[in-house]
Amino acid sequence: MNEFSSFDQPVMMKIDKIIDESNGTKSFMFRHKLDYDPGQFIMVWLPGIDEKPFAVSYLGDGFFGITVLERGKFTKLLHKMEPGERIGIRGPFGHGYSFPDSIKNGKGSVCVIGGGCGMASVTVLIEKLQENNLTILMGASTSTSLFFKNRYKDITLFTDDGSEGIKGYPTDVLEDLHNQHRYDIIYTCGPEIMMSKVYEFCKKHDIQFEASLERYMKCGIGICGQCVCDGQMVCKDGPVFDLQALSKMDDFGKYSLLKSGKRVSLNEYADWRSC
Amino acid sequence: MSIPNLNTVLCGIKMSNPTVLPSGFLGTSKSLIKRVADNGVGAATIKSVSFKAREGHKNPTVIPFEGGMLNAVGYSNPGAEETAREFSNLKEVPIPVFASIIGTEPDDFVRVVDKLSANEFSAIELPLSCPHTPGFGLLAGQGTPESTGKIVSAVRKVSKLPIFVKLSPNIPEIGNLAKAAEDAGADAITAVNTLGPGMIINIEARKPILSYKVGGVSGQALRPVATRCVYDIYESVKIPIIGTGGVSTGRHAIEMIMAGATAIGVGTGIYERGIDVFRKICLEMEIWMSENNYNSIHEMIGIAHE
Ligand SMILES: Cc1cc2nc3c(=O)[nH]c(=O)nc-3n(C[C@H](O)[C@H](O)[C@H](O)COP(=O)(O)OP(=O)(O)OC[C@H]3O[C@@H](n4cnc5c(N)ncnc54)[C@H](O)[C@@H]3O)c2cc1C
Ligand SMILES: Cc1cc2nc3c(=O)[nH]c(=O)nc-3n(C[C@H](O)[C@H](O)[C@H](O)COP(=O)(O)O)c2cc1C
Ligand code: FES
Repeated sequence: MNEFSSFDQPVMMKIDKIIDESNGTKSFMFRHKLDYDPGQFIMVWLPGIDEKPFAVSYLGDGFFGITVLERGKFTKLLHKMEPGERIGIRGPFGHGYSFPDSIKNGKGSVCVIGGGCGMASVTVLIEKLQENNLTILMGASTSTSLFFKNRYKDITLFTDDGSEGIKGYPTDVLEDLHNQHRYDIIYTCGPEIMMSKVYEFCKKHDIQFEASLERYMKCGIGICGQCVCDGQMVCKDGPVFDLQALSKMDDFGKYSLLKSGKRVSLNEYADWRSC
Repeated sequence: MSIPNLNTVLCGIKMSNPTVLPSGFLGTSKSLIKRVADNGVGAATIKSVSFKAREGHKNPTVIPFEGGMLNAVGYSNPGAEETAREFSNLKEVPIPVFASIIGTEPDDFVRVVDKLSANEFSAIELPLSCPHTPGFGLLAGQGTPESTGKIVSAVRKVSKLPIFVKLSPNIPEIGNLAKAAEDAGADAITAVNTLGPGMIINIEARKPILSYKVGGVSGQALRPVATRCVYDIYESVKIPIIGTGGVSTGRHAIEMIMAGATAIGVGTGIYERGIDVFRKICLEMEIWMSENNYNSIHEMIGIAHE
């Protein structure tokens, strides 16, 4: 076992175990200590192929794991790997979720919303909130894309097509839930359009809010400027931002940079990312 | 004792202090340049721009090591038109902003200069020195006096802005190259770009870490080389020098100034000490200068040659 628990350069780690989480989603487990705050990310390197950011979705004494949705070339190759094979990990990087006084020591009401594979970024957070009055909402396009649904005893599921759980978006029920629980803070990670709806909701009801943004990253260490969102480096100042920070970021919910650095609408960005 | 004055004038461009954000660091958007300005930088250079958009090399593109950083970003940029849009209304930025322009043939440079002509850039930088991007810099043979002369003259014809030529530390007779740039009409020399290329291999993966395998060396490992380059160039030309390479403290900056620099690029230092490295360096310079009885930057430029 390595004595270090954070890494400037990629360190090759053996995949200890692979868990099938859902149709197209797998978790990769590593027997390594990782000094990780919920919401931070690590860079995963497939030598000779590419390197991409991922959230840590399992964290314990001497082990951690990531959960990956199969989408493009990189995730397809990762999904083909077997236990015993090694991949490079550097990080953790960035600034994770914070725990305001209003929810310390089990006080206060909290809602966590995961959309699609954004759910992977909130699991370690959820584990830290077990003492709180906690609502967990997860949305996915269809039943087979839901994952971690059995990991928590109370989780409300949503699918776009109604094939499981409630038909619709998690944001549809926020008003009712808030009337019932009076949330002190809502955390979310998922598609930015969903997160910006939750942001508007929190702003209107004066609820604290933190969201984890996704931008294409290169250096991951705050020097190249690729991940910029209105003067903030998502890799270094984020990926988690609170309501006050987001209110100054006009690009939030609207624009993102392509690999070339071209600033485009989130729709155009999503089209590029999905292929 | 009075507070020393860090004001610098570079080719007629007034700067509140000698620190400059070099190209490739955070220069992707106007919003980030403003942020760097809020952190005390004297002037900033945008990410190098080519006529057409470029995606650059695959990740990993940047890798820190004990002596600094190795990078092969591969000049990713959104192209001249998009850059002109992103950096419109530069008056909103409280510091001078320099356009870093790249190309293969002299005409390519001219086309980019043309596209950016309506923007309020304070100077044009021509990095004829990248060690790791096919079609550009050293890999396009731009590190020779002939090629440098041709490109500088071509740009000189179409722009009245000060032209900075950025040189590679790899060039053995760097003073001669700087002189060729000066003769062709350059107004300042930026010294230096990254060194190398170099390579870092992950021995467990048995592969170079950078996807492009090799990349330019910046940071501490580059600093003594950069300082020597500035020293050599100072002996060869009359135009000012922007000393760049491994500067992360006030002492490093003063060392560069004594070697002959009028302004100081700080890139990898951002990784080492945070985005407020510019403010830290200025404060350290002020303290050192007042302890050593210097009142202005001007008094220290090139004094290591005396
Ligand atoms: C910090 C961070 C870490 C990440 N880590 C990982 C990781 O570990 N692994 C990984 O594979 N990816 C990761 N990602 C990628 C990111 O989660 C996905 O790009 C994003 O969740 C979209 O996923 P999807 O394609 O499944 O979403 P989609 O299928 O587009 O949407 C998923 C669900 O979100 C909700 N939703 C969608 N649109 C709306 C709307 N208009 N209004 C309200 N709700 C809506 C719906 O419930 C929908 O089913 C990470 C992203 C971030 C920000
Ligand atoms: C990640 C990275 C990207 C860079 N991109 C550019 C670039 O686009 N154009 C350029 O002229 N120099 C580029 N450089 C070189 C720097 O501008 C600078 O000359 C070099 O890093 C030395 O300074 P430093 O040691 O302070 O970083 C880049 C350097 C790094 C590390
Ligand atoms: S990815 Fe380079 S600054 Fe964030």
